[in-house]
Amino acid sequence: MDWASLRVSLWLGAGTIAVLVPLGVWFGRLLAIREFRGKLLVEALVTVPLVLPPTVLGFYLLVTFGARSPIGQAFQALAGHSLPFSFQGLLLASAIANIPFVVQPIQRGFEAVPSDVREAAACCGLTPWQQFLHIEMPLAWPGVLTASILTFAHTLGEFGVVLMVGGNLPGETRTLSVAIYDRMQAFDDRSAGIMAATLLVISVVTLMTTTALSRRIAPSRG
Amino acid sequence: MWRRSGLTLIVVWLLGVPAGVRQRPPTIAAAANLNFALTEIVRQFERDRGTRVDMVFGASGTLTRQIRDGAPFEMFLAADEDFPAQLTSAGLTRDAGAVYAIGRLALFAPTGSPLIVDERLDGLSRLVQAAGVTRFAIANPDVAPYGRAAEATLRKRGLWDAIRSRLVLGDSITQAAQFATTGNAIGGLIAYSLVKEPALANKGTYALIPQADHPPLRQRMVLLKQATPIVEQFYAYIQGSAARAVLVKNGYEVP
Repeated sequence: MDWASLRVSLWLGAGTIAVLVPLGVWFGRLLAIREFRGKLLVEALVTVPLVLPPTVLGFYLLVTFGARSPIGQAFQALAGHSLPFSFQGLLLASAIANIPFVVQPIQRGFEAVPSDVREAAACCGLTPWQQFLHIEMPLAWPGVLTASILTFAHTLGEFGVVLMVGGNLPGETRTLSVAIYDRMQAFDDRSAGIMAATLLVISVVTLMTTTALSRRIAPSRG
Repeated sequence: MWRRSGLTLIVVWLLGVPAGVRQRPPTIAAAANLNFALTEIVRQFERDRGTRVDMVFGASGTLTRQIRDGAPFEMFLAADEDFPAQLTSAGLTRDAGAVYAIGRLALFAPTGSPLIVDERLDGLSRLVQAAGVTRFAIANPDVAPYGRAAEATLRKRGLWDAIRSRLVLGDSITQAAQFATTGNAIGGLIAYSLVKEPALANKGTYALIPQADHPPLRQRMVLLKQATPIVEQFYAYIQGSAARAVLVKNGYEVP
């Protein structure tokens, strides 16, 4: 069992949630309550990582932030290391890959808040911020929770883009899914098997948690 | 009480590695054919010097691409001379480096395969003529020098055009070896250094391919610009007698 890889995976899952969910709440709510020109295009762009092969994302990230690009060189000068082949680069890739998993459930969550509830809150003299925090957020909460759990589960399962952008560095970008591949290549089927079973258990537990939580939350919404 | 301290432990363990911020041991990139030999050499080196060195294995072409894109490796042990030369001309290496080993190719057939192995590929020819080749594994010639050597060998024996549509290409020579040993192919042309490992040798039969059948697999290593003193020591260590003995034991010739 490669503990360092498990740690990288869990960190990446937690980090992606921390980066993406606040942004997702802001943007998902915007999409839910506002109508604007080009909304169709924006919604398509938000969903695109869902259907895009990881290689496309990996390609663009390497071309944009690689050591041979001006942006990559600027980042290197500032941070002292390149963005690809670092944990931060992996976090960026993972955040982009997970956008649809975050925005869509949150958007649905805020869409489920009836507009007259918002209007009533405004009439009662609540500031927009109070309205968001005390009225909308408690109602849209299940969507936010679903988004977080989906992001975590999806991040643990990410493989292609992690291998392309991260490059299998032990303790930094070697996630559990990459470590399984790495051990297979080294004919170490025993370690690969243990790690595969671990990932399977984590995934099943994560999904069971989602179902259990959504059951517990659902009645209170109705 | 116990539950809380368990939770605390997990949190501490998670916080223990703010990945990316923490100082990592120096990392060297190595061609996949070195998977067993280099691991042994690095373990020896670590014991000798009381230090840690991390290894990342992959196809030489893949690793070259990663180094050009900014991967933080300090040393690169390739399976040929062309890929390190690309890095040298891009100004990413200390110097032109040194040849540390000459690799060999082997024909491998897993237990139960209809393929009878021999160094002239006669058994493979017969099977090709009898349309008995379902799948044959080599490494992808575009990124793996051992794949290029396999292609040259098949061409020399006039088998390339006939077997081409039957090839499964591994991303690296270790993946080709996976295909060849797990019974998913009737066999493959893979690195002798991998075949000699008991984990593989017990899974089938093999024949060493004559060196004259393909351009020599002269394997060159280079120190990258950002190499630290420990890796410089390792570069010298590879050329020392202890490391050379391991290379020879694993089926390489040493310069």
